[in-house]
Amino acid sequence: MNFDFLSNPKYDIWGAFWVTVQLTFWAAIGSLILGTVLAAMRVAPIALMRTFSTGYVNIVRNIPLTLIIIMMSQVLYSQLGVKLATREAGVNPQAFLDTQNFRLAVLGLVLYTSTFVSEAIRSGINTVPPGQAEAARAIGLKFTQVLTIIVMPQAFRAVIAPLASVLIALTKNTTVASAIGVAEAALLMGELMENESDKFTAVFLVTALGFVVLTLPIGLILGWVARRAAVSR
Amino acid sequence: MRTSSPSGSRLRAHLPSRFRIVLIAAGAVAVALVAGACGSSSTGAASTSSSTSAAAPAVSSPAGSSSAPSASGSAVPAGASKVLANAKAGKLIVGIKVDQPGLGLKNPDGSFTGFDVEVAKYVAKHLGVPESGIEFKESKSAEREGLIERGEVAYIVATYSITDTRKQKVNFGGPYFVAHQDLLVKADNTDITGPETMAGKILCSVTGSTPAQKVKEKYAKDVALQEFGTYSECVEALKTGTVDAVTTDDVILAGFAAQSPGDFKLVGKGFSDENYGIGLKKGDTAGTASVNDAIKKMIADGSWKKALEATVGPSGYTIPTPPTIS
Repeated sequence: MNFDFLSNPKYDIWGAFWVTVQLTFWAAIGSLILGTVLAAMRVAPIALMRTFSTGYVNIVRNIPLTLIIIMMSQVLYSQLGVKLATREAGVNPQAFLDTQNFRLAVLGLVLYTSTFVSEAIRSGINTVPPGQAEAARAIGLKFTQVLTIIVMPQAFRAVIAPLASVLIALTKNTTVASAIGVAEAALLMGELMENESDKFTAVFLVTALGFVVLTLPIGLILGWVARRAAVSR
Repeated sequence: MRTSSPSGSRLRAHLPSRFRIVLIAAGAVAVALVAGACGSSSTGAASTSSSTSAAAPAVSSPAGSSSAPSASGSAVPAGASKVLANAKAGKLIVGIKVDQPGLGLKNPDGSFTGFDVEVAKYVAKHLGVPESGIEFKESKSAEREGLIERGEVAYIVATYSITDTRKQKVNFGGPYFVAHQDLLVKADNTDITGPETMAGKILCSVTGSTPAQKVKEKYAKDVALQEFGTYSECVEALKTGTVDAVTTDDVILAGFAAQSPGDFKLVGKGFSDENYGIGLKKGDTAGTASVNDAIKKMIADGSWKKALEATVGPSGYTIPTPPTIS
């Protein structure tokens, strides 16, 4: 098998996978925050918050990710004119375009992945015995205090393993960002397949290996952390 | 309280030292990644100009050919040509594009129209297969070589540019048409008159496609490149003004312009030659010769011009002089 495209300076393989890592990193942080908020709203004492969170999760997680990402570019940016980067006049707009597409992709990934994070955390909340929340309320803690001091710390420790699965799925889902032209690993693979069509198998193997190298440690490390942090009952 | 407190203290007692190891390891990985990315991107910027698109591989041992023994031999006897054998049986599976107006388009009723379709039909007729014996199959750009190698199609007529890399895997009949890479802009646009006037503008093309890469290589310093999955998305973005121009072969652009009359225009400065060929199985010399005969006949008897006028003509595309077949 011929792997000589690896040393061709035309193809920035490290750069492409670095963009994949960055996409995963920012989307993971964003969806952890939004997912936690959604999960908290799901158990909130206010009915409107519960309804909103339930509706959001059930609608968004059932929309294909490709559709969400393309909607970010075609509807949010193209039709509604929402800009997440500033375009300076007289400068090559490539930098603007790259930042804009990157941020649109992160936004789309956050909106999508947070629904799965929210459901994982909600299942973690369910592992905390209701008696603890009742006891906390009985000693006079407010809802936010019950949530942040008693319930969430235990809930998070229970859901590290499921969240690792979500993170692995997110890493692979970043390939969808190539649909709006973010220069990550899948876009480079498309380019390689067009130019080096005689090295189809080699291109596939390299890309697959890259993703395994990225995701395997996530599973191993977080699996280990999950075992260490598990609440013993 | 009773359940969480003991495990909490155990957690505090055990975690810090091990966490530190994990953090150090993670930090090392991150540093290595940053260094790797910086190193390769700087070398990439320095030497991109020296490499050209015609980076033909020196070693040609395609991965797929070992499993397809008939593809390796170049001296295939006339009787062994799969295309001709299939044609004799009265049935041909032909690969075309289904999403390019004017060239290869699947209609809502399931029929196919376009210039590529007309060429495919004419070649089939020349080989002795009636229209009812042709089965059209969608062949996306990236899948074309594979479809031919695995023998899933007899031949492919799908805006298939003849290139050296592709010649390593398939045989080409033709060219039956010569297209030129061009720019599509809004009808009221006056400041874009060619690729050299694109400085500071945003250009749109399909992800990983050859036209996009060509622009990247030749004009990347001045032009920003937006890549989408399909040309329809590019045309939509051109409509709203988030991109300034769309680039690919002029005959394809003309088809899109014809779909929304009055909105767009072609700049009309072709800046490359794309020779569209008919892809056949590698080594099928007899089949390639028959296909070439068919194309020659189609040009000579006037059906070539008639087919172009009927399919591409309505978009306002000037019918060019037919190509010469080597």
